[in-house]
Amino acid sequence: MPKLLSGAEIVFKALEDQKVEYIFGYPGGAVLPIYDELKNHKSIKHILARHEQGAGHSAEGYARSSGKPGVLLVTSGPGATNAVTALTDAYMDSIPLVCISGQVPTHLIGTDAFQECDTTGITRPCTKHNWLVKDVNDLSKILHLAFEVATTGRPGPVLVDIPKDIQFKKGKYKFFKNTLRKKLNGKATHKISNSELDKFIHLIKKSSKPIFYTGGGVINSGPEASKYLRELVSLTGFPITSTLQGLGAYPGDDPQFLGMLGMHGTYEANNAMHDCDLMINIGARFDDRITGKVDEFSPGSKKIHVDIDPSSIGKNIKVDLAIISDVTELLKSLIKRFKEKNKNFLSSNKQKTSKWWEQIEKWREKKSLNFINSDKIIKPQHAVQRLYELTKNQDTFITTEVGQHQMWAAQHYKFNKPNRWMTSGGLGTMGYGLPAAIGVQIANPGKLVVDIAGEASVLMTMQEMSTAVQYRLPIKIFILNNEYMGMVRQWQELLHEKNYSESYTAALPDFVKLAESYGCVGIRAKTPSELDKKIKEMISIDRPVIFDCVVDKAENCFPMIPSGKPHNQMILGPEEEEEISDEGKVLV
Amino acid sequence: MAKSKSAYSIPGKIGKIERHIIVVWVDNEAGVLARIAGLFSGRGYNIESLAVAEVDKKKHISRITIVTEGTPQVIEQINLQLKKLVPVHKVADFKRGEKDILFRELAMFKILGNTKKIEKVKKICKNFNPVILDKTKKSIVIQVTALRAEIDKLALDLKSLGLISTSRTGAVAMTKGSKTFS
Repeated sequence: MPKLLSGAEIVFKALEDQKVEYIFGYPGGAVLPIYDELKNHKSIKHILARHEQGAGHSAEGYARSSGKPGVLLVTSGPGATNAVTALTDAYMDSIPLVCISGQVPTHLIGTDAFQECDTTGITRPCTKHNWLVKDVNDLSKILHLAFEVATTGRPGPVLVDIPKDIQFKKGKYKFFKNTLRKKLNGKATHKISNSELDKFIHLIKKSSKPIFYTGGGVINSGPEASKYLRELVSLTGFPITSTLQGLGAYPGDDPQFLGMLGMHGTYEANNAMHDCDLMINIGARFDDRITGKVDEFSPGSKKIHVDIDPSSIGKNIKVDLAIISDVTELLKSLIKRFKEKNKNFLSSNKQKTSKWWEQIEKWREKKSLNFINSDKIIKPQHAVQRLYELTKNQDTFITTEVGQHQMWAAQHYKFNKPNRWMTSGGLGTMGYGLPAAIGVQIANPGKLVVDIAGEASVLMTMQEMSTAVQYRLPIKIFILNNEYMGMVRQWQELLHEKNYSESYTAALPDFVKLAESYGCVGIRAKTPSELDKKIKEMISIDRPVIFDCVVDKAENCFPMIPSGKPHNQMILGPEEEEEISDEGKVLV
Repeated sequence: MAKSKSAYSIPGKIGKIERHIIVVWVDNEAGVLARIAGLFSGRGYNIESLAVAEVDKKKHISRITIVTEGTPQVIEQINLQLKKLVPVHKVADFKRGEKDILFRELAMFKILGNTKKIEKVKKICKNFNPVILDKTKKSIVIQVTALRAEIDKLALDLKSLGLISTSRTGAVAMTKGSKTFS
């Protein structure tokens, strides 16, 4: 007869067996038995956030930068509802999270008890799966299954809701492994066949205008996937572009890399996507920020789509060859088969794609990421470029909030390794970057972690600076401060006749003093001439820093594909923008 | 250039709408129906009818039959999204009108009227496996099993004969011959 353990003990036993080192959380009435048990488990460290959303994003940052699932512990009612944004964010961006929530005792469920809410009901659409534990003897099985669901197939968040009485009750513990096995659940059960690989290779060989379009799936598949991707790209000599989430899988400064694609992607990447005859999508999902107008998306191309999630294939764009697979598995077999039969492909195929590369170079000459710099006022793009130049020689991790600064970071910061870039893409959660940086720093002690932020976003989760100070996490909050919700302001300028409705933040805090009141360091840069010195100062400080970078208030993020337009109709800069607003004036 | 007032793309062409019957085998656990229904409502799919009951008492497997409408792309998504749910074991999908599949719906009608009228009711229902469940001097409760369109028509015909209450199930489905759904 095995020893009986309390529900709270079972929780920790399961976490230990899953090799969990950190949990991000916030205590409350309905999880007190679990918090009480914490002291008996030295291998697990709890990071106390200041808000459950912060705990959730920290867990996401931890997961993205380490490749391990993030664990989140919250109380019932408001604890759970505060975690919903982070869960939804993780769901959209395929981040493995295990959220354990407390619930009111079983006999009170359904009575509108204090801090009761229908947690499994609320989180059903924003998790891969969730469980309400009704019997303590089911607890260990559910917890292990939760980890499995979160980390297999297309990763994502799960939630286990544990009523308080179950946390006290004694039950049996067992370590369950691989309970899902053959069940689909977005899991690739599919073995890649040689005929699929041969079709793939055939399309590669036939193409004269190819492009790789890679996404977050490459990152999620692990560092091996990036290694194989680099090998395949250099074997074929084809150009490659990446989604926002895929940045870092392929070196950002490599000549074969065309930069990011999509709404704020480069001219060369978007035009190449539009004009190509073969699109090889690896681990991306044809998101609407990528495709623009679906009917006119890359009209002349054959499309290959590799994705681990069968429901991602054919959801937005029809493809010619679909392969349901983990990216690493697919690339490994593909490269092996490709090499067997196609020695010297690169040199023999050079002629075939030479015209295509010439065309790409012409697009590149547009230098779509250029901006008009100033020596009086700091341009936000310039600030990101300087930050990149001054940090590129060390292993730097970048998180962002959401908005213009996020796009400038994606455009101007060149990533060379996977898991170095953490940004909220799918859900677009303002307030993601600061808490995410905390999780990243926990997973990567001693490394430089910078949150490239906007002043509006960062105020949404600013309270987490207190967490950073408590755990001595020297994260750097690099705020591109233009006093506006910049992306909102930009859309209002371009689409709503410059009616800047509620997008200006009056009464912003003094970020330097704010930093000091949190017990960290505040730095302000106001002119381009002092920027480098101050960035260097920020990097040299081994404490959390809030860097208030005062930038041009009116700068817009270009290039951009206006909504409803195909990829080859981009706006490149302010000159073209003027044309629209004139037309707008005529309309008024 | 023409101006769009939205940060989102404009809708593209919409394909032809088809009616499908989707059969789902699920673990009969708390919340499973909410997961299925939530998937449909959350992604904007349409449920025309739904029939659910446990079919395996030992393994606690329920069989859910859903009638839905959508473009071929939407129907494919419904299938794939359903398969991703953890409690879902298996999904089968049929186009309305496929020859190898049997469909039935059950309906109960309550009719008030004299014997003459009730005789007429029985006659109208004759071809739809009528069972008289209850009978008084002034009323009758009659059960029929038929296809949806047939029941629709019956209900319409019975209106003038004193129909005061209708209760009907969603469609259930089964393959013909020795084959089973896979």
